[in-house]
Amino acid sequence: MDLTKERLSREAIAMRIAREFFDGAVVNLGIGIPTLCSSFVPEGMDVTYHTENGAMGFGRVVTDEDKAQWADIDLTNAGGQYVYPKPGMCFFNHADSFAIIRSGRIDISVLGVLEVNEKGDLANWMFPGRGVGNIGGGMDLAFCAKRIIGATEHTTKDNKAKIVKQCSIPLTAPHCMDMIVTDIAVIKFTAKGPILKEVAPGWTAAEVQELTEAKLIIAEDLKDIELL
Amino acid sequence: MAINKVFNSFKEAVGDVKDGSTVFIGNFAGPGGTPFFLIKALREQGAKNLTLVANTAGGIGLTLDYDDHRILFQNHQVKKMIASFPFSTSAKRPSEAEKQILAGEVELEMVPQGTMAERIRAGGAGIAAFYTPVGPGTVFEDGKERRYFNGRPYLMELGLRADIALVRAWKADTMGNLIFRGTQRQFNPIMAMGADLTIAEVDEIVQPGEINPNCVVVPSIFVKRIVKVTEKTDFPRHLETDFQVKEEV
Repeated sequence: MDLTKERLSREAIAMRIAREFFDGAVVNLGIGIPTLCSSFVPEGMDVTYHTENGAMGFGRVVTDEDKAQWADIDLTNAGGQYVYPKPGMCFFNHADSFAIIRSGRIDISVLGVLEVNEKGDLANWMFPGRGVGNIGGGMDLAFCAKRIIGATEHTTKDNKAKIVKQCSIPLTAPHCMDMIVTDIAVIKFTAKGPILKEVAPGWTAAEVQELTEAKLIIAEDLKDIELL
Repeated sequence: MAINKVFNSFKEAVGDVKDGSTVFIGNFAGPGGTPFFLIKALREQGAKNLTLVANTAGGIGLTLDYDDHRILFQNHQVKKMIASFPFSTSAKRPSEAEKQILAGEVELEMVPQGTMAERIRAGGAGIAAFYTPVGPGTVFEDGKERRYFNGRPYLMELGLRADIALVRAWKADTMGNLIFRGTQRQFNPIMAMGADLTIAEVDEIVQPGEINPNCVVVPSIFVKRIVKVTEKTDFPRHLETDFQVKEEV
């Protein structure tokens, strides 16, 4: 196995996920790769972002050159980044924010991944090797958003599989995953098992399987990941 | 006599906090919406064996140039922490709370964020308990009643109240009606509702009639004390604007 083979960048993973967004979608982006997705939404597509700390319909992350004018500690996303105000934006308290989540009004939640298993169980809150973690708002999203998309590198820093037979760390939510986009593959979770739908350019299904502990079903129409 | 809930100093406003109190603290991921001057006054006041309820356990934001509740841990005033995001994301930079939790000096109750918000809301709304769809089949189910409604599993969660709430708001009138600015709102309104003694730290105090009654977020009935911030902080805030824009930036 050639481990030096080129993989997709974090931006490319975000770009592929943004292709799942649709006009009018209400989207919640987790911290890390998920946050990058908002940069790749096609011009003219209207996507509304929701953040746990009580805002919806806000603008992009404030650029460095605009910080003097627009950075304000009273207008941030869940990662604490400054965002621009936007017409139609609204603010609400934390209970209302999670009322929006639990009542199924988030169309797509993009979350980071530590482990997923064959059944689509997600584990992403306990730091590996530290025995502690932060549950944060991820569990509410994983249980209640209409569709969960995972964004992650395919393997850990020391090349261990993240898509496993059984999760070794506590779950965020069982049977919640719809799809995962990694730096080498797009995998859809179904009742039959995880289906490998797309591979990064230059990668074969067999090579992806080698870095995946869970048994993958190869889609009949397997294709290369398309970013645009 | 007209009601006037204005206190002249943070010190006076927290002067009677008792040892063993449960304290709500408005807080999310950074300085916005955190009542740092009330927290600082509580450290000076020195009440011990506190149970804190806040989103984080302090000391993990992007910037640490302010007095969040980590200073209450530094001063060993905390016995128990209820939070959704208690640990530093970097193992190399553990927060003060994290050290005390791992050493067994402070008890931790971690609660999923939406469940924590709803427990606080329920506490303030006179609701003893409720069923949430979040958590069945995870370690957060341990010790909780599971019930099915329309075939879906739910867990029973208890309402949560506090003796004291330290909240941050934008403007108050002297009667205690509060309005907020942007994402400063977060946990603050529900915490204000859920405590016996709610103390608000605000940028501006105005006379009754100056806040549009249609826009009041926390009704004055929930607020007992108000203190105005006079000290300048270095954080970017443009208090002359309220984020209402007609066109995209």
